[in-house]
Amino acid sequence: MDDIFGIPAPLLFGQLLLGLINGAFYAMLSLGLAVIFGLLNIVNLAHGAQFMMGAFAAWMLLAWGGIGYWWALLLAPIIVAVTGVILEKLFISRLYKLDHLYGLLLTFGLALIIEGIFRNEFGSSGLPYRIPPELSGAWDLGFMFLPIYRGWVVIAALVLCLATWLIIEKTRLGAYLRAATENAALVQAFGVNVPRMVTLTYGFGVALAAAAGVLAAPIYSVNPQMGSNLIIVVFAVVVIGGMGSILGSILTGFTLGVVEGLTKVFWPEASATVIFVIMAIVLVARPAGLFGRA
Amino acid sequence: MAIQRRDLIAAGAGATALGGLPWRARAQTPTIRVGVINDMSGPYRDSGGPASVVMTQQAVQDFGNRGFNVEVLQADHQNKPDVGANIARQWFDQGVDAVVDLPTSSVALAVNQIAREKNKVHLNSGAGTSDLTGSQCSPNTVHWTYDTYMLAKSTGAAVVKTGGDNWFFITADYAFGHALERDTSNFVKAAGGKVAGAVRYPFPATTDFSAFLLQAQASRANVIGLANASTDTVNCIKGAREFGLQRTMKIAALLMSNIDVKALGLESAQGLLLSESFYWDMNDRTRALTERVRAKNQDRPPAMTPAGCYGAVLHYLKAVADMGVAAAKASGVEAVNRMKAMPTDDDAFGPGMIRPDGRKIHPAYLFEVKAPGESRNPWDLYKLAATTPGEEAFRPLAEGGCAFLRS
Repeated sequence: MDDIFGIPAPLLFGQLLLGLINGAFYAMLSLGLAVIFGLLNIVNLAHGAQFMMGAFAAWMLLAWGGIGYWWALLLAPIIVAVTGVILEKLFISRLYKLDHLYGLLLTFGLALIIEGIFRNEFGSSGLPYRIPPELSGAWDLGFMFLPIYRGWVVIAALVLCLATWLIIEKTRLGAYLRAATENAALVQAFGVNVPRMVTLTYGFGVALAAAAGVLAAPIYSVNPQMGSNLIIVVFAVVVIGGMGSILGSILTGFTLGVVEGLTKVFWPEASATVIFVIMAIVLVARPAGLFGRA
Repeated sequence: MAIQRRDLIAAGAGATALGGLPWRARAQTPTIRVGVINDMSGPYRDSGGPASVVMTQQAVQDFGNRGFNVEVLQADHQNKPDVGANIARQWFDQGVDAVVDLPTSSVALAVNQIAREKNKVHLNSGAGTSDLTGSQCSPNTVHWTYDTYMLAKSTGAAVVKTGGDNWFFITADYAFGHALERDTSNFVKAAGGKVAGAVRYPFPATTDFSAFLLQAQASRANVIGLANASTDTVNCIKGAREFGLQRTMKIAALLMSNIDVKALGLESAQGLLLSESFYWDMNDRTRALTERVRAKNQDRPPAMTPAGCYGAVLHYLKAVADMGVAAAKASGVEAVNRMKAMPTDDDAFGPGMIRPDGRKIHPAYLFEVKAPGESRNPWDLYKLAATTPGEEAFRPLAEGGCAFLRS
């Protein structure tokens, strides 16, 4: 095969695929952020900490309860979602009438506290979590060696993202949710319990973050700061996609994963910066984001 | 505790918080103030962090009472040179005599300048860059535990000897990574090997290393040199195993501690070669030291960096006792000169000495990580593969280019 821009084509294809895999994490996390922002008007900066809690929950289930990966994939998001619901009831629900900034500051503070607690309990160097035996090994694709687990991550992320999009855009429940963001009082007048719906929505967004955390546990070091690097990037993804746009955050997540992946080939030193450069350009050219409505 | 302090410093309000609390009304007995500055909340917390404070306090305790008090302070530099420099400056102005640990080479180099300017003592344990005793050397500094030259020589040369002669580096893009890559490349080339390429990734903002691993694979090198540390190293090794790199390449983790091996698990780490200057299970003295601190250190044996804080602080206190507290407080250079004039001896590193350029001299140990079946207890991780004697383990004095030695 030929070279493309001085890079051997197999290497470039491999990098595109890796970009998609990282994009899967961005998409899952930014989707949760978008759902929470779209329906609650809260910028949930605790999302990275909740992603981390998902990974730790999986580790605890295995180390303390002997419960393996597949059950953890179901149970860990539920456990973390319950903690999210408690946070929403105790703290976040008091802020709906205030400016976005208050929610942002509160959730940022919560994230620091949660990460601090985990750091004190478990240290910073991380805990081992093995890839489940069914998904270990790799496929030889000719142009690259693809670990089966990474392929699984992309598929799982796509399924979760599409299911979320369908629920919100195509079902009656989703219609209630969307209506409640437009006019909560009117929806309540029709007999829908709006506060409970909002609480559960927050729980759902948190569960998405935790599910991403479980998916990440076998491939990244499970440590208290694993979410804090990611959350800033994911926040940029949401801004680029358009705050609150469900489909926008999914597409932007995957696309930016690929853009970042290519940057890692052509200019590795800039790979942490490229997404923010794009964010700046998008904010200047289309302040509402690529998929947002002004 | 650490979080509060960190936020106060970050907000620029640290001055009062740091200065107000610990020392008061002890006017009668003279007091030596030693401040531990390191990463209390980020990726390097576990390799030093609170453990370095515990070991510093242990040094004070083992030193005993010889007519002066010793106070130990602590602060979090968050791996940021500006934060570290601010803390050091404030502390020195408020009467701190020596700063200890200073991991993260970029922070260490910043504080190195300030200690020299204020004529205080910089006892470095955590940082890697060999420039601390080379191009940026200072008469106020002792570099105790290890450096990039030692790692490059011990691990790098061992890997070349086993046939790994074509290297590709994955390098953390800051002072430490650059120094480690440079020093290792020199050894590889000197041994007849070559360097196929390198990628430098943003530190600490990178989580996924698979893109770089693939580039390493495509380079057709037979060794992947990890010029990074801590969680980054762990993530790289996890990724390398996942992508099947070990079928065609050897992994050379150039800086790795027992804490990282623990995080990776013996299953994934077995067979790796790594270098340290301290391991808790080396001999009766290291085991006795471990027994003394274990309960205070979350039931863990100390890692190399905290052990270095122990050795450096103990030796500094001996020098202070030898020259008198007033003289030691008056001049950091004189205190360091006295440390250099006295032979060193402590339970962690055994007998040794400090060279005129500030380099502490002791043996470097090459370890091989045990297989899960060979490990007899949770912290039984290494078997000794080779020992480089102190005289050969570090860069020769003449090659460092240390400026103050010439004047």
